[in-house]
Amino acid sequence: MVYFILKRMVQSVFVMLAVAFLAFSLFRFVGDPITQMTGVETSVTDQERLREELGLNDPFVYQFARFTGDMLRGDFGFSYRTRQPVAEMIASRIPATLELGLVALIISLLVGVPTGVYTALRPRGVLTQTILMTTLVGVSIPTFVIGIILIFIFGVQLGWLPTFGRGGTVQISGWESSLFTIDGWRALLLPAITLGVYQLTLTMRLVRAEMMEVMRSDYIRFAMARGVPMRSLHYKHALANTMVPVITIIGLQFGGVIAFSIVTESVFQWPGMGLLFLESIRFVDIPVMGVYLVVIAFFFVLVNLIVDLLYVAIDPRLRIRDVS
Amino acid sequence: MTAFLKKYEGLWLFVHSPAAMVAAFVAALIIIGAVFAPWIALVNPYDLASFSLFDGLLPPVWLEGANPKYLLGTDDQGRDMISSILYGARLSLVIGLSALTIAAVLGVGLGLAAGYYGGRFDAVVMRIADVQLALPAILTALLIDGIARGILPAAIQQDLRVAVLTLAIALSLWVNFARTARASTFVQMNKEYVQAAIMMGQHPLRVMFIHILPNILGPLLVIMTVDLASAILLEATLSFLGIGLPADSPSLGTLIRIGMQFLLSGEWWILWIPTLFLVALVVSINILGDFLRDIFNPRLR
Amino acid sequence: MLTIKDLTVKFPSRFGDFTAIQDVDMTIKPGEIQGLVGESGAGKSTVGAAVIGLLQAPGYVANGQLTLGDTNLRELTPAQAHDLRGDRISMIFQDPQTSLNPLMTVEDQLIETIQAHADVSEKAARKRAVDLLEEIGIKNAAQRIKAYPHQFSGGMRQRVVIALAISTDPELIIADEPTTALDVAVQSQVLDLIQRLAKERQIAFMLITHDIGVIAQVADRVTVMRKGQVIETGDTAQVLGAPQHPYTQALMDAVPPLGRKIDRFRVPAEDDTAPSQGNAAEQWLLEGQQHDLTGLSLQNLTVRFASPRTSLFHKPPPYVALDDVTLNIKPGSIMGLVGESGSGKSTLAKAITGLVTPSSGAMMLGDTELPLGKSRSRHHPSRQLVQMVFQDPYSSLNSRHRIGAILTEPLWFYGFVKDAREREKLAASMLALVGMQPDAITKYPHQFSGGQRQRIAVARALLARPRFLICDEPTSALDVSIQAEILNLLKDLQAKFGLTVLFISHNLAVVRQMADETAVLRNGKIEEIGDTHTLYTAPQAAYTKSLLELTPVMPTSWAR
Repeated sequence: MVYFILKRMVQSVFVMLAVAFLAFSLFRFVGDPITQMTGVETSVTDQERLREELGLNDPFVYQFARFTGDMLRGDFGFSYRTRQPVAEMIASRIPATLELGLVALIISLLVGVPTGVYTALRPRGVLTQTILMTTLVGVSIPTFVIGIILIFIFGVQLGWLPTFGRGGTVQISGWESSLFTIDGWRALLLPAITLGVYQLTLTMRLVRAEMMEVMRSDYIRFAMARGVPMRSLHYKHALANTMVPVITIIGLQFGGVIAFSIVTESVFQWPGMGLLFLESIRFVDIPVMGVYLVVIAFFFVLVNLIVDLLYVAIDPRLRIRDVS
Repeated sequence: MTAFLKKYEGLWLFVHSPAAMVAAFVAALIIIGAVFAPWIALVNPYDLASFSLFDGLLPPVWLEGANPKYLLGTDDQGRDMISSILYGARLSLVIGLSALTIAAVLGVGLGLAAGYYGGRFDAVVMRIADVQLALPAILTALLIDGIARGILPAAIQQDLRVAVLTLAIALSLWVNFARTARASTFVQMNKEYVQAAIMMGQHPLRVMFIHILPNILGPLLVIMTVDLASAILLEATLSFLGIGLPADSPSLGTLIRIGMQFLLSGEWWILWIPTLFLVALVVSINILGDFLRDIFNPRLR
Repeated sequence: MLTIKDLTVKFPSRFGDFTAIQDVDMTIKPGEIQGLVGESGAGKSTVGAAVIGLLQAPGYVANGQLTLGDTNLRELTPAQAHDLRGDRISMIFQDPQTSLNPLMTVEDQLIETIQAHADVSEKAARKRAVDLLEEIGIKNAAQRIKAYPHQFSGGMRQRVVIALAISTDPELIIADEPTTALDVAVQSQVLDLIQRLAKERQIAFMLITHDIGVIAQVADRVTVMRKGQVIETGDTAQVLGAPQHPYTQALMDAVPPLGRKIDRFRVPAEDDTAPSQGNAAEQWLLEGQQHDLTGLSLQNLTVRFASPRTSLFHKPPPYVALDDVTLNIKPGSIMGLVGESGSGKSTLAKAITGLVTPSSGAMMLGDTELPLGKSRSRHHPSRQLVQMVFQDPYSSLNSRHRIGAILTEPLWFYGFVKDAREREKLAASMLALVGMQPDAITKYPHQFSGGQRQRIAVARALLARPRFLICDEPTSALDVSIQAEILNLLKDLQAKFGLTVLFISHNLAVVRQMADETAVLRNGKIEEIGDTHTLYTAPQAAYTKSLLELTPVMPTSWAR
């Protein structure tokens, strides 16, 4: 088991390195950092000197090593657009995106899992058919449309909830949070629902499919043949086994949540990392783009590692290997 | 009997499933409209000369102040909504289908090979897939776009827009195909007909494409429909974000972005009509995808 | 006492109702083991499922009476029926691996079952669980009980399954193919256990199986079913030894005896479909016999597979699938290879055909050396001279190709026949030679039954004009009566065309009928090789002796 964890960690490191390499290539090959930083008036000799000082003439491998080293120390370079340290820019935006993503994920799990279980256990009910139809439509509507619709109904027509920005936030030792004020929650609600809807439908369908598969398995049949109470059958036996593959997918979904947050942040003008990334694309602000890549990959890899550990904790077949 | 019955059964199920039939009808309608857009549309939204500002902001034909020539109204530039939608759908479909094809060819090819050869090759392909997966679809698409912006000289950027978008979307979709193809291939590799073919001394390419591929098409077909929907949604999202197709060669996503400006003012049709068409198209494709999935996996019915 | 009368079960489908079983009568007394035997599609499992109320949806009981003691099983509400399960009727299935919840310990599963039907404390339930495990023969039960299912071996797992089934003291246990997935020795123990439980606890057993030998060994009475109907029923010795109904008679004729070798199985007259149509193929095969009879020899063949790593610090020892195997198959003879699952039989077949690379050793085909595994080029002549008939007729033919394409592939690939139409004609003729209708050429594999597909597989192998044929469990997936036909076919073809055959099977009786010489394989090592008759009547190795003793067979005293 220890070996398994170590193997996974090595794989994660590999993925991070590959992403770092991509980011670095971005830096080096897309556009010229010097011209970006200095503008047209600087003389060629000055530009050359700058190039030499910054070590841009060194061999590729050196530069990559330096790049990685810098990253590990927290030095992410400077934005072309704002001239600020990228680390600061991104750090200031992380809380907004993370809170949004987390709340969206929680919403999707709280609604998705029970609905999935229900539709699996009562496949022919009217409610089930309605839910399935609705989720089908839900999967087909792009996130931004959902956002627009929600803004239109709750923001414009009913005027209940704000349609942009974060509302009231509270600073908790450097972390700017929306979760501690009613105002913050009101601003968070619509974006979180928008982001959560797509995840919700995916989760629901997945849970349903897996559960139906599990309900057909031999051990469920055998448990029924022994007269194990239905309730216990459904939850202790079936649901527990269903969650095992579902957990992996949820891990992957977290990546989707972070990605889709770009769209949601755009629609609601939510000041998170996604919005920053969008702006950096418009201005071809390479440093910010590159770092965003690395940060996202990092979160993704981290979540997946946690999911793998959870997997091992839950499934005894992975923990204990001997056969007597 | 079963293959014939399956074909027959598929048709039987189709005819008895109102949802699938409606979906197919709607999808067909939009697709045909999109394909024949240049011939049936009133106005070519790309041709600046074919419309004028004076026709701008006209409402759909059942409201006051409409011009019967423009059944669903016009936008702020004076473009006919129907024409814009038809051309928009056309672009969305072209990009979606091209991206899908590239992703499918790339993904299935790699997946098949990974499943067949296993070992190191498989490990390498899976690592690449892992890296690709660490960067979600939108991110990849945005990145490719950003890179293109940075690399290509401004002059040809516009012309290459469609190609860049297609490539971006294709790159975010191939992993799905690869993983499914790989998993299915692993299953087939244990089947005896594959062992018989390898034992005979047949060339790996022959075994992969003539023997294995026909047997893994089922799940791949299902993915294709789902991914077509994803591709179209992805393109729409990118255009909405302003990174996709620009206003003078709009796709449905661009039209929606344009329409957002009019959310609060009275001209709701500029926003909601393209939205409705986009959703209708994607919902139809998804219903058909679900339907296909049910045919290939009857246990979920 | 279980009484079944006129039981009819239907499955509605959009093409009309399908009657799975019709007018089935059966009675089982407490303590009696009633065998329910029949070929696939007979409806045996359906009877069991109907009694316990676990019919696969949308099946339903259309007609009939089902009573257990005083209770009318058909008149129970779903809740009452569910309470009855476990309490009075229980069921066990074929595959012990999938029958247990992998995420719960054995202890938890036992305690849960016990508490579902008896009002006892957890401590009392645990004690009962441990006692149960000891009773069915699991040593060290108090510790072992805390383990997870995957930590038990197959036989042990089936015992746990049985423990779970008897934990609630049922009156009737329905056992659906309980020993089919087990090794011979383990099967013997489980059957003994079932007999003991029936006698000591007076539990009635409905033993559903397709294995006549098992029925002969443990069942008191037996019911024979076919296509959903009861054909014959009565005391085991009487039904199996002196069957009344022609179907049962034909069935018993098809069972390969372990005690002697018969020349050919007596099968119902095969409708001779224009045998002359096979002449073209027959001539073509005889023509190609330029080679003399070809033998195969394996010398010190060893195959090792790398085990997956589980620790950072040391590499695990490789798994030895074949250990120093030396085998000599005389030209033109049939060598039988007997072994249980995991013995290495399939690995041996794969080593010979080049699908697996041996770590050491040598192989000779005829008098030329056979390159091993990866070093064998795709164009090596052995690729044509060595052909194989596989075990699973449902996966050995590519379901997306037409029969014609499947059969003409070797003709095209080896360059035997250049013209496409000629190839089709030859393929059609070969179909006739193996007893199929030539018009099968245009159809797809799924349009044929298991037995027919195996014939097609044989035809495919022959169309490569081989000199050496490997039959890897060719009849293990087939019904007994179909097996008899295929074995006859193989015998005939081997004799006619002078093929050298390696016949692999776990079924000792089948190998006895087919092989001139037999080798016994266990854990990758050859335990014994010799002339078949000698090996079966006077085995040398202890393992062979125990295999022969423990294989369930019908006592010869019963035969007419």
